[in-house]
Amino acid sequence: MLHYIARRFALSLVTLFVLSLLIFFLGQVLPGNVGRFLLGPDADQQAVEMLNHQLGLDRPLLVQYGTWIWRFVQGDMGESYVYRTPVVAFVSQALLHSLKLAAVAFLIVVPLGIMGGIIAALKVNRPLDRIISLGGLTATVLPEFVTAILLILIFGIWLRWLPISAAWPDGAGALGQLHYLILPAMPLVLVLFGYIARMARAGMIEALDSDYTRTAVLKGLPWRLVIWRHVLRNGLLPTIAVVATQTGYLVGGLLIVETLFRYQGIGSLIFNAARGRDFPMLEASVMVIGVTYAVATLLADLLYSFLNPRIRMVSSR
Amino acid sequence: MGRSMTEPALCLNHLSVAYRSGGRDRAVLRDISLKIAPGEAYGLVGESGCGKSTVALTVVRYLPRNGKVTGGSVALDGADVMRLGPEALRDLRAKKVSMVYQDPGRALNPSLKVGRQLVEVFEAVGVPPAEREPRALETLKKVRITDPGSVMQRYPHQLSGGMQQRVLIAMALASDPAMLILDEPTTGLDATVQADVLDLITDLRRELGASILFISHNLAVVAQMCDRVGVLYAGMLVEEGRTREILASPRHPYTVALLRCLPRGAQQKDVGRLDTIPGFLPTPGALMSGCPFAERCALADDRCRTEVPELRESGDRLVRCHYPERAADVPRSTPADVAVPKPAGVGAPVLRASNLSKTYGQGGGAIRVVADVSLSLLPGETLGLVGESGSGKTTLARMLLGLVPPDPGGLIELDGKALAASLDRRRDEEVKAMQIIFQNPDSALNRSHTVGHIIGRALRRLGGLRGADLDSRLDTLVAAVRLAPRYLALRPRQLSGGLKQRVAIARSFAGDPRVVVCDEPTSALDVSVQAAILNLLAELQAARAVSYIFISHDLGVVRYLSDRIAVLYLGRIIEIGPSERLFEGPNHPYTEALLSAVPNIEGAQNARIRLSGEIPSAANPPRGCVFQNRCPRKLGAICETSDPPLAEAEPGHLISCHIYEQQFLGAAEIQGQRRRTHDRKAEGV
Amino acid sequence: MKGATIVLSARRQDVLASLFRSSPFLIGLIIVAFWVICALFGSHIVPYDPYAEDILNALTPPSIEHWFGSDQLGRDIFSRVIVGSRDILTVAPLATILAICVGTVLGLLTGYFRGIVDDLISRLIEAKMAIPSIIIALLAITALGTSKMTVVIIIGLSFGTVVARTVRSAVLSERDLEYVAAAKLRRESAVHIMFIEILPNILSPILVESTVRLGYAIFAVATLSFIGFGLQPPSPDWGLAISTNYAMVSGGYWWTVLFDALAIASLVIGVNLIADGLHGALDD
Ligand SMILES: Nc1ncnc2c1ncn2[C@@H]1O[C@H](COP(=O)(O)OP(=O)(O)OP(=O)(O)O)[C@@H](O)[C@H]1O
Ligand code: SF4
Ligand code: SF4
Ligand SMILES: [Mg+2]
Repeated sequence: MLHYIARRFALSLVTLFVLSLLIFFLGQVLPGNVGRFLLGPDADQQAVEMLNHQLGLDRPLLVQYGTWIWRFVQGDMGESYVYRTPVVAFVSQALLHSLKLAAVAFLIVVPLGIMGGIIAALKVNRPLDRIISLGGLTATVLPEFVTAILLILIFGIWLRWLPISAAWPDGAGALGQLHYLILPAMPLVLVLFGYIARMARAGMIEALDSDYTRTAVLKGLPWRLVIWRHVLRNGLLPTIAVVATQTGYLVGGLLIVETLFRYQGIGSLIFNAARGRDFPMLEASVMVIGVTYAVATLLADLLYSFLNPRIRMVSSR
Repeated sequence: MGRSMTEPALCLNHLSVAYRSGGRDRAVLRDISLKIAPGEAYGLVGESGCGKSTVALTVVRYLPRNGKVTGGSVALDGADVMRLGPEALRDLRAKKVSMVYQDPGRALNPSLKVGRQLVEVFEAVGVPPAEREPRALETLKKVRITDPGSVMQRYPHQLSGGMQQRVLIAMALASDPAMLILDEPTTGLDATVQADVLDLITDLRRELGASILFISHNLAVVAQMCDRVGVLYAGMLVEEGRTREILASPRHPYTVALLRCLPRGAQQKDVGRLDTIPGFLPTPGALMSGCPFAERCALADDRCRTEVPELRESGDRLVRCHYPERAADVPRSTPADVAVPKPAGVGAPVLRASNLSKTYGQGGGAIRVVADVSLSLLPGETLGLVGESGSGKTTLARMLLGLVPPDPGGLIELDGKALAASLDRRRDEEVKAMQIIFQNPDSALNRSHTVGHIIGRALRRLGGLRGADLDSRLDTLVAAVRLAPRYLALRPRQLSGGLKQRVAIARSFAGDPRVVVCDEPTSALDVSVQAAILNLLAELQAARAVSYIFISHDLGVVRYLSDRIAVLYLGRIIEIGPSERLFEGPNHPYTEALLSAVPNIEGAQNARIRLSGEIPSAANPPRGCVFQNRCPRKLGAICETSDPPLAEAEPGHLISCHIYEQQFLGAAEIQGQRRRTHDRKAEGV
Repeated sequence: MKGATIVLSARRQDVLASLFRSSPFLIGLIIVAFWVICALFGSHIVPYDPYAEDILNALTPPSIEHWFGSDQLGRDIFSRVIVGSRDILTVAPLATILAICVGTVLGLLTGYFRGIVDDLISRLIEAKMAIPSIIIALLAITALGTSKMTVVIIIGLSFGTVVARTVRSAVLSERDLEYVAAAKLRRESAVHIMFIEILPNILSPILVESTVRLGYAIFAVATLSFIGFGLQPPSPDWGLAISTNYAMVSGGYWWTVLFDALAIASLVIGVNLIADGLHGALDD
C-alpha cells in the first residue's frame, strides 16, 4: 500500500511538472512582448526594454521558468502586472471563496446524483429511469451560463425567491451566505448531476447483473441486504473515483458562474486576469487550480484503492 | 423411469422460455418436460446455445431482465416456483435449492472476505449469529480445502480457480439443499483441478443425498457424474434415458452423430476420419415447422420437415424423433475409411529450437514462463503440446513465430539456418514458412474485412500473387478448406464459429508454409464442429506435408492428431515422446496424473491419481524438481535439491524425473514401472 | 445454414432499426436538422434583416410584429435567433472535425506504439485534463487574439487530446487481438496495421465520440462567445447576444436573453440525444 501511495504521489508530481511547463509556455511565450503590451503602443522602445528587464523577461526562458517555479513552490507567486502587489493574497482569497461555492455545489450534488443513479438502476428501463436518465443527460450538456440565465429568470426575476447576485451583504451569517450561494451553485449542480447519476447508474447496473449478485440472491438473502452488502459497494466504487476528478471541470464552471453572479472567486480572478493580460496572476491561479486538481484526484485514487481489496492487496506486495 | 414413487425433487412441465431481443420474443426453450427423483443425478447435455443455462436459471427464477417464461411450470420439491411470493421464493432459495456455475472467479464478491460471504448463507437460513462462523468453517473443511481457517480471512482473488469453486460448492451445500444445480461447474478449470472437483462432488453426493441437475457440454463428464441424462437440441429435449444406455446405444440421430464426432481412445488421424454433423444449429427464436434437427439429419424426409415429433417412449427411454429405430444406422456424413498414408516423418528437422526461455518482469520480480525448452519438428510431423493453463504453451508458440522475442541464449533454426529472434528481422521466406491458427477465430479475423479480402490479402503478401493468378489460387484454397465461394463476400461476423476457423486455416495456408502452429484451434468450438476442423487439418497435412505444432489441453484431440507429444509443466518440458508411448507409459508422475484425470465417455471410473497441493506460480517455482510439491511418487530429498534432466527412458521418449534416471534405477525397474502403468490402463479404460 | 447468414447479416439493419425505434434519437435528429436548415437558409426566410437597427422600436416585448421582441438596438430577436445558428454551426463542427482528425492520429500512434512517446503524450494529456478547456482557450485566445479560426484551432486541439484518449484506449484493446499478430505475420507495415486493420474496427467509438465532442464544442463556443472570447459583434450569435443583454434582465427585459438561451439549449440537447442514441445502438 505504501509503495502504491508513493508511486501515485510521484505520478501526481510529474503531472504537475508537465502542467507547469504547459502554463508557463502558454502564459509566458505566447503573449509576445509584455512590456510593449503593458505600456501601450506609444511608449518608447527604451522604456519597454527597461520594463522587460525589470520583469526578468529578457533572461533565457529556462532561467525564467526556473525562477518562476522555484518561487512558486516557496509560496511566492510573483507580482500582479496590474495591481503591482503580490499575487498570492488575491489567489488565496479567491480560492477560499471558490471552495465555499464548490462545497455547496458538491454537498448538494453528490448525494443527489448518487441517489438518482441508484434509483434509475433499480428501476432500469422503467419510466422513472427514463426520466432520471434523460433529465440527467439534459442537465449535463447545457452550458452553465444557459442554465444560469434560465434559473435567474425563473427564480430571481419571475418568482423572486433568490437573489441574483452572489455578493452577500457584509456580516451575513453562514445561513445568509448560503441563501446567496444557492442560485450560483445550481448550474454547477445541474451539470454534475447528470454526470454522477450516469456513472452511478452504469456501475449499479453492472453490479446488479454480476455473477456475485446472483450468488447472493440465490443464497436466499433478502433483497435489501443484497443491495446493501453486495451491489452498492462494488457498483459505486467507480463513481467515487471520478467524482473528485470533476474538480477540474468545476473550475471551468466556476469561471462562468462567478462572472455571471459577480462572485469574487478564482474563476472570476482568472477571467479578469485574462482580460487585463495580467500574466503572473493568470499563471498563478491556473497553477493553483492544477494543484487542487492533483490533490483531489490523488485523494480519490487512494480512497478507491483503499475500498478495493484487489488493488490494496496487489500493491501491498 | 419409474425409479422412484415419491414426489420428484424437480419437475419441469412443458416449460417454454423466450428472450426478448431486437423487438421480439425469441423462443429458446420449447416444451421441456423432465423429472428428477430425490437423490438422483440428472445430466443435461447439449452444444453451446441450446438453452442449458436457461433451464438452470428458470428453475431458480433468475432469468435475465429480457427473459420470460412463456408456458409450462416448474415444481421444486412440490412448490410451483413461478407462483411463489417474494418471501416464499427467498425461503426456497435459502433452504431448498442451490446453484454453482461456471467461472467461480466472478461468482464471488471481489470486495468481501470469503468467510463473510460464507457466513451469509447461514444468516439467510436463520442460524443464530454465534453458530454461523463455526459452521462456515465446518463446511469449508467438508470441501477439503487446505487451511480453511486462513481461507475464511482471504479475498476471492487470493484463491486459485479450483479453491474458488470449492468455496462456492461449500456455499451451495451449506444449507443442505434438496436440489443442487451445477451449470458447467468445471468448465474452464484445468484437467487435474476439474478431476478433483468432480471427485469432490461425487463424494459429497454420497454424504448428502441431494438431487443434482448437472449441466455440461462435455459428454464424458456427464457420463461420469450422472444416472440419467437428457440431450438438449435447439431448446428441445430430444432424448432422455439412463446415461450408460444412451451413450452405448443412442436412439436420436443427433445423439448418434454427436457421439461419432468425438475422437476416442486410440483413434488417430492416419487410421480414419471423425464423423461430422453438416449444417448449423438453428438460431434462437427460429420458426420450426418440423423436427428441429431436420436440416442436418441424414434420415430427414418430408414428414420430418412438416411434423414436429413428440417426445415418445421408445424402449428404455424417451426420444423425440419419428424414426428412432433407424437411428443406429444413420449413415455417416464423412466416410470413416479415407485412410490417409501417414506422412513420412523422416529427414532433417524443419524446425529446431534449443534452450528457449522467456522471462517477464513483474513488479520488481521476474516470472520465467518458459524455461529452457528444446524441441525439434520433422517434416510432415505433428508435435502435440499439452499442459495446463499458464504452463507456457502459447508463449512458446509465439516465440517460435517471432511474435515474442525469447531471452538471450535461445536458438531457433529453420531448415538448419538460425532465425532472428524478432519477426521484423526475419527474412520474407522465413516468415512465410511459419504461420499460426489461433484459438479464437473471432479475434483472429479482422471483423471489418470480408472473407475474400482476408484470404486474398494473405495470398498477395505471403504468396506474392496478383491479378488472375491470385483469383485462381483463391478459388483452390477456398475449395481446399471446404468453404463455399459465396462466403467470400461476407464478413466474419456473418459466419458460424466453424466457418470462421476455416477462413483462418485458409489464411495460414496462403503462403504454403512449412510449419503451422495450431494454438487450441478447436477449443472455442462445439464438438460437432471440432470434428470437421480436425479432419480438415489432417487432410491438409496429408496433402501438403506440412508440420504442425498442435497445442491443446484436450488429450483426446491431441492424441488424434499428434505423432509426438510434449508435456509442459510450469514452462518446462517434463516429458516428450511418441504419441502411443506417451499414452501407454511409462510416464512422468505428472503425466500419469493428467492422463488419469481425463473423464472418459464410457463412464468407467479409472483409478485416479490425486494430486495434492496447488499448481505453484511461475514466479515462484519449487526448488529441485518443479513438480515436487505435488508429486505422489516423490523419491525424497533428491527431488527437492536437484532438478532432474530430461533423460531417455526408452528410445525417443524423454522424461524429466529422477525415477527414470539410469543412475538411480536399474533398467529392470523401469520395466516394472511400465508394467504397473499397463495394469492401470487395462483396468481403467 | 441459410438461417445463420440471413439472421446475422441483418445486424447492420438492426442497428439502424433500433436507432429509429428510439424516440429520443429521433427527437434529437429533428432538432438538429431544424437548426441546420436555419443555418443554411435562415437569412432567406426570416421576416427582418437580423442586422437592421430600428432605434424607435428598441426593447419592445414579444408581439405580433416581433414574435420574440426586439433588442436595445431595435433588431428583431426572432430573426437574429434563427440566423444566429449559422456561426456556431460553422465553428463548432469545424473544431470537432479538427479534434477528431488530430485525436485519431494521436490515439492510433500512442496506442499502437506505446513506449516513451505514449508515456510523454499521456502525461501531457493528463496535465491538460487538470485545467478545463475553457481556461485553456482563454489563455490561448488571450495570447493569439480572437478570430473564428483561432477558436476553431484552439478548441480543436484542446478536444483533440480528449479524443486521443478515447481512441488510444480503443486501440489498446484491439492491438493485442490476434488479427494484428496475423497481419504482422504477413509483414504488413505499421501504417497498414494502424489504418487498414485497426481503424475500421474502432470507428463506432470514434463516431460516438465525435457526436459527443460536437455537443461539447457547441457548449464551448457558446460559452466563449458569452465571455467575450469567441464570436464577435455584430454576429447574431446566441452566446454573444446573451452576453450583451443579460445585464438588462434585472430591468425586466427577459426576452432579450430567454430565446437565445432556449436556442442553445435545444441545439445542445439535440446533438446529445443523437450521441446517446448512437451510443446505445452501437454498444450492443
Ligand atoms: N439475455 C439474453 N437475451 C437474449 N438472448 C439470450 C440471452 N441469454 C441467452 N440468450 C440466447 O438464448 C440461447 C440459450 O442460451 P443459454 O445460455 O441457455 O445456452 P447454453 O446451452 O447454456 O449455452 P452455453 O453452452 O454456451 O452456456 C442462446 O442462443 C443465447 O444466445
Ligand atoms: S424426426 Fe426426422 S429429422 Fe428429426 S431426428 Fe428424427 S429422423 Fe431426423
Ligand atoms: S523428480 Fe521426484 S518429485 Fe519430480 S516427478 Fe520425479 S519423483 Fe516426482
Ligand atoms: Mg451455459
